[in-house]
Order: sequence, then C-alpha cells, then structure tokens
Amino acid sequence: MDYFPLVLSLEVAIAATAISLVIALLVAWALSFLEFRGKDLLDAAIALPLVLPPTVLGYYLLIVLGRESWLGRAWESLTGSPLVFTPKAAVIAAIVHSAPLLTKYLRAAIESVDPIYIKAARSLGLPEWTIYLRVVLPLCQRAIAASAVLAFARSLGDFGVTIMIAGNIPGKTQTLSVAIYDAVESGNASLARTLVLIVSAIGLLVVWAANRMNPPQALRS
Amino acid sequence: MLEVRLQKRFAPTGDTAGFELNAQFQVGAGTTVLFGPSGSGKSLTLDLIAGFSKPDGGRILLNDRLLVDVGTGVFLPPQQRGCGYLFQRHALFPHMSLRENLTFAATSLPKLERHRKVNQLLESFRLTEIAGRRPNEVSGGQRQRCSIARALVVEPAVLLLDEPSTGLDTTLRHEFYEILARIRDEFSVPVLLVTHDLEEAFILADQMHVLIDGRIAQSGSPREILNQPASAGVADLLGLFNLLPAEIKQLDPGANRSKLKWNDVDLEGPYYPARLLGDRVTVCVRRDEIAVTPKMGKAEKGSLVLTLEASSETARTALLHFAGGLIVELPLEEFAENRHHSEWTLRFPTSTLRIL
Repeated sequence: MDYFPLVLSLEVAIAATAISLVIALLVAWALSFLEFRGKDLLDAAIALPLVLPPTVLGYYLLIVLGRESWLGRAWESLTGSPLVFTPKAAVIAAIVHSAPLLTKYLRAAIESVDPIYIKAARSLGLPEWTIYLRVVLPLCQRAIAASAVLAFARSLGDFGVTIMIAGNIPGKTQTLSVAIYDAVESGNASLARTLVLIVSAIGLLVVWAANRMNPPQALRS
Repeated sequence: MLEVRLQKRFAPTGDTAGFELNAQFQVGAGTTVLFGPSGSGKSLTLDLIAGFSKPDGGRILLNDRLLVDVGTGVFLPPQQRGCGYLFQRHALFPHMSLRENLTFAATSLPKLERHRKVNQLLESFRLTEIAGRRPNEVSGGQRQRCSIARALVVEPAVLLLDEPSTGLDTTLRHEFYEILARIRDEFSVPVLLVTHDLEEAFILADQMHVLIDGRIAQSGSPREILNQPASAGVADLLGLFNLLPAEIKQLDPGANRSKLKWNDVDLEGPYYPARLLGDRVTVCVRRDEIAVTPKMGKAEKGSLVLTLEASSETARTALLHFAGGLIVELPLEEFAENRHHSEWTLRFPTSTLRIL
C-alpha cells in the first residue's frame, strides 16, 4: 500500500494547525479584547468559510492565488514555482477549513477566563498584549490545546477546497480524503476501506484526546 | 487627593429596576470608607474610578491628574490611572508563585530595582518563606497579604478596596485591619475602601461617605455621622437609632428646651433652631442612649413606662423591643438580672433627642 497520502495529510495538517493557531490567536484576541469599527463584520467574515460550500471557497482561492492572479504571480516570481496545485495549496486549503472553527473555539476559551484576573492585571499597569500572553493564554492553555487538537483533525479531513486548489496529483498533492475519493472512483474498494478506517481511527483518537484535556463545556464534542 | 464626580445611568429592564449613580466626594490622606447597603452603587463607583467601566458624566482627578472627564472626552485606560485595586477574591494569578505574582506586576521596573522591591515587600508582608508557592497552596490570610503586596509593588497613587474582609474570620479580619493601618502609616497611600459593615467602617475610617441609592447621603468622620445622622435614611442604615414621628409642642430658646409629643408621650429635648411650633419632625434617638430600668413601685414624674414586648441578645448587648416599635440597647449583664420584668421605665436624656 502507498503511504504517501497518509504522510502528506499528516504533514499538511500539522503545518495548517500551526498556522491556523497563530491566526486564530490573533483574531480571537482582537474580537474579545478590542473595540473597533467593523468588528461584527470581521466576526461574520471569519465564520463565512463554515457556511459556504467548499467549491465556492476553492473558486475564490483559485482566483486569488492562481497563476494569473496578482498574488500568484508575486509568489511565483519570488519562489520560482506556482502556489496552486502544490502541497502548499493543500496547506492553505486545510487552513481555510480549520482556522474559522479554531477562532471560535479560542474565543470561547479566552472568554472563559475569569475577568477578575484581567482587571487585576490592568490595574497593575500591565499592557494589554502582555496580559493576553502571560495571563489569559496560560489560564486557558488546556482549552487551547484541546482546540488545537480538534483543529488538527479538521485540517486532516478537508476535501472540497483541497481538490479545487491542490488537485489530485498522486505522489504530489493527493491527501487522504482525496485518495479515498480516487480509490472509490477507480473501484479499488479494499484501498478505500483501509484509508477510511485509518481516517476514522485518527478522528476517534483525536476527539478522545481533546475531551481528556478537559476543555470548557462549549468545546466538548 | 482623589476628587470624584460621577454619573452613570442604567435603564430599567424586564427584571431589574433602573439605577442612577450620581455621586461626588473626595478621598484625602488616610482611609476613606464608602459605606452603603448592597445595591447602593459602591462597587460600581470603585470600578468607574479604576477605569473598568465608563461613566455617562462627571470627572475624576487624582493628584491633579485628570483620569476621566466626560465633557472633554478624557478616559484614561486602567493601566495609566495609578489606582491599585484589591479584589474581594484577591485575584492572584493562579499559575504563578507568590513571588512571580509580584515580579510580574513590577514588569515595568528596571531589573535590579524590581528584584529589590519584590524582596522587600515579600519580607515586609511575611511572605518570603512561602514565596515559591502557588496561591492555592497558601492560606487565605497569606493570599490576602500577597495581593496587598502585589498592589503596592507598582506604587499606586490610591488603593481601592472592594469589601476586602468579606468571608474572613475574626482573626484574619483583625490581622487585615492591622495591615491597613500599616499601609496608611508606612506606605502613606490613600485608601478608599468599600464596605457595608458598620463596625468595619468605624474601625478603619478617618473619613466616611454614606452612599444610599447612588447618592452621597452624608460625609464626615464616623463619630460625626453617628452623633448627627443627616437624614432618616442614614440613621436607618446605621441601624442604631429609633426614628420617632413627633410634633413640636413647645420651644424655649432661653432655657434651651423644647417639648415634643410622640404617640401621646411627652418628650423633652433641647431647643431646635429654625423650627416652628407644630412642626412634624422625626426624632432620632440612639438605642443605647435611652436610660431604661425595670419599673419598681410608682413611676416617677416625666418618665415613660412601657411594656417589654420582646427581647433579643447579641454577643455583648440585649435589644429590648417595646410597644410603639421602640428599641433600646442594654449591656447583656444588666438585662440578664432583670429579664423577668415586663414593665420598664424609660427616660430620654434631653441632649440625645436629635431631630431630622
């Protein structure tokens, strides 16, 4: 059996989770602690990938990142290779799939921290950013870890956006979920079955692990 | 010196009544107590001073520094106010040791000075031995001392305390009062303390502001307020007074005397300036200032005989409830000897009859 899709999927999921975590920590901070114009709009925009069909998201990304686009050309002139239909595109697809949910989880996590600690830190003259990094995040680290684990599972499972912008190139961009689709299409039932069992086992393990981390009620599956 | 003038309104909602805070007061050196019942706006006032909440109107000056001025749109964030805040629940950061709590608070100080200061405060508040422990590994008293030390490490211009002794037992409470006295003497930080505990207000306050329904009803030293409550509301809140509706029957400025009538009983008080005959007034007389003895033989002239309806006892005193709603406080031993009497003679010393 070819383990490439499994290895690629794990690599993509790890990279996507790490990047999503940074994005989500920043956005969740802005949404929870800052007052600014357009906050509601940002909140809605963050949730948009959760409600739009993956094909629509994929289409937008193709337009923004494709070889004809401004961003795509800039990337290509910088690195010498296109962004779309590469493993990097699979990472972007996984980020789009997991970052919105992770932001929602993190916001719930940081808002579960007793505000008295934030008030205390403010009255001591500590800057907002220091309060976030050294008081808020440490106090909800278990919930953050649980959220990251769930985000990892979600990154692992993207299909629609991945196939739109990374394609289905065996040995290059074919992730687990795409490989399952490919196996079913080509009538390779035993491969499909094996891959499905692997994905299911990973999913189960991840949810079990996340629940063991004792996150706040809002994050329980 | 902290000068506060604040307005904040809350519109009534489905299940809560509206509330309006409209308070003006000053906090000088020493300890100032903001005394009031729950729901009078005490904690809200502290939050507005610390910058945790925005007022609708007014301004706050701290040592001539403008913290808030709604008129010109000044609103300093809590970080820039220099107001130390002590929370009821201490709010020590649970993931840091006691020492780390202080060091973290002092982040803005240069390293050497921070080190020196943290050590000095840990020593001063007897925390050096346990400085490596987390807040959940030390006693309530130690937590409280640590939260005070943490607030002082950044040298606040004023220290705000929100019902700090709630939930402390008597020993810890008195230990805490001693610490507050030290803060006043050694650190010379003005303290504004919120409480609904009269005893505490009396022990701690150099100056006291009585807050009722979002307004300052009276300001003064505790002794002054007890001697002459400004209104029935204040007297009622202090809980130590009888408020008797009466009518002025006679005024004699020459002899500094007057006669009042309460429930067909004649009372003799001092002369009340700026009052007229026939005025309906509330006589305010402290429970422990009424002289009361069991009735023996014939009642003497000018005294009042009432039937004891009920009695209750506290640790040191007995409260005697008489007909007409009059309550008299008596030392416990004195009452214990005479508890079987039902008829008692009451006398109201002239000077104790204040009118509101």
